[in-house]
Amino acid sequence: MKRDWIYALLLLLPAMVLLMGFTHIPAIETVISSFFSTPHGRRPAHFVGLENYRYLLEDDVFIRSCWNNLIYSAITIPASIIIALVMALFVHNRMAGLSFLRMAFFTPTVLPMIAVGNIWLFFYTPSFGLIDQIRGLFGLPAQNWMGSTDTVLYTVLVVAVWKNAGFFMIFYLAALQTIPTQLREAASLEGAGRWTFFRRVTVPLIMPTTLFIMVNAIINSVRLIDHIFIMTQGGPNNASRLLLYHIYEVAFEYWDTAPASAMTVVILAVLSLLAIGQFFWLDRKVHYR
Amino acid sequence: MTAQDITLAARLDRALLTLGAWLLAILWILPLAYAVWTAFHPSAYETNFSLTAPLTLENFPKAWVQAPFARYFLNTMMLVAMTLTAQLVLSTLAAYAFARLKFPGKNILFTLVLLQLMVTPDILLVKNYETMSMLGLVDTILAIGLPYFASGFCIFLLRQTFMTIPKELDDAARIEGEGLIGTLWRVYIPLAKPTYLAFGLVSVSAHWNDFLWPLIVTNSVETRPLTVGLSVFSMTESGVEWSVINAATLMTSGPLLVGFLLFQRQFVQSFMRAGIK
Repeated sequence: MKRDWIYALLLLLPAMVLLMGFTHIPAIETVISSFFSTPHGRRPAHFVGLENYRYLLEDDVFIRSCWNNLIYSAITIPASIIIALVMALFVHNRMAGLSFLRMAFFTPTVLPMIAVGNIWLFFYTPSFGLIDQIRGLFGLPAQNWMGSTDTVLYTVLVVAVWKNAGFFMIFYLAALQTIPTQLREAASLEGAGRWTFFRRVTVPLIMPTTLFIMVNAIINSVRLIDHIFIMTQGGPNNASRLLLYHIYEVAFEYWDTAPASAMTVVILAVLSLLAIGQFFWLDRKVHYR
Repeated sequence: MTAQDITLAARLDRALLTLGAWLLAILWILPLAYAVWTAFHPSAYETNFSLTAPLTLENFPKAWVQAPFARYFLNTMMLVAMTLTAQLVLSTLAAYAFARLKFPGKNILFTLVLLQLMVTPDILLVKNYETMSMLGLVDTILAIGLPYFASGFCIFLLRQTFMTIPKELDDAARIEGEGLIGTLWRVYIPLAKPTYLAFGLVSVSAHWNDFLWPLIVTNSVETRPLTVGLSVFSMTESGVEWSVINAATLMTSGPLLVGFLLFQRQFVQSFMRAGIK
């Protein structure tokens, strides 16, 4: 067994060095930096305790970004999961044009978020975009969807749902195919309708998949913000500013890395909670072995 | 209900289901269809839908010469190839250790690997940028890929697959005198092909599409991948025509789209077979 030990060390070393070097160590460093000031030129960072966090609490833009992100997550996560399930249920059936349907649902997933942003930007353009053109047919006035603080967050949110649903559909499709057909036959012998079957058999059986998708959806709702760069740059008036976009601006446009670190810690805390929750709760139900 | 009523109801049901599916699919493809429409028509028809509008390909060469897209393509392809190769090699070795070897601290190390599924390097922008400037790698293609070379997801997937491979095959290869690398090459890698394919497709599309990290760590034409190049191109204030921007958008996503359409079946199937539940 001693030989195993040496082999394991050699096999794991390259992967673990890179893994820790770009994930675990920077995560810890970020937490440490969040207690120090931003270094400026010859003035090195000095310990400031919770000063960066106090600053965040007073920073309206940060608070606004958090709220935006909460709304963004609270809508994109359930919406993309439900639509993904509906898509999977459709595609799981044998019907005319199945390959077109699957392609239509899945294609957005393959596109870069930047390309997606470009496509939707034009879609939303006041009076010329397709949405306003269709509204025009019904005699409705032009709407500047992305120019209004009331609607802009929803415009970027729709894009995220559009992009994610097809991806999650794949996982549901995989789960649906594992449901034995005998169950369906048994249920129909018992006289159970489709809705009863869905609620009593399908939903419980695909529960592990739903949890897996949910975790991914939460991560995506924090990470997937590229379209903001193209579509709104967080505006107007910060109405579509999301957390990671704000961190990017503070860190790489204003080079104020200390508050950026503190904000990153907020994201890290959310993701760690998620990881712990998954570890203790999900792993009981979904066996990885 | 007579038997006839039941078949009628079933048919109606079927029709409604199909209708619903098609409506959703058309709604879903609409934004993309719109982009395709504008890219293949002269800019005068950007917002003017008529079936008689003349088709044109001129938007593509127009976009191609307005920005160094050839270079961006090359950069992205180098990035994607480099990242995938490193991921597969490193993860294969690590996954074998996790699947088959006994050593102290295995569970802790594997937990650290799984943690990367949650805390991905692209959230730790500030520190990873500092690391890159410390290594003198800022504005290189290597810097875009390096944080992703060790993929927790790939290690996890391969470990799951390797564990389903009978230990007897491993022993047999050893008895025939194969070393560790030989066993991996002759037994594990061939049997895990679907997993490699599945991860390969996921990785290529992820890194082809990645934007924020490359945006931060590159600042020249020689290193910029397509996504960053496209954003620079479409955000210039000089009033590039929409049809040209859409042509560029389709062009940059094109290879991936074509690849997906060709591999659609494999993609979906290998994902399912990879046993992600």
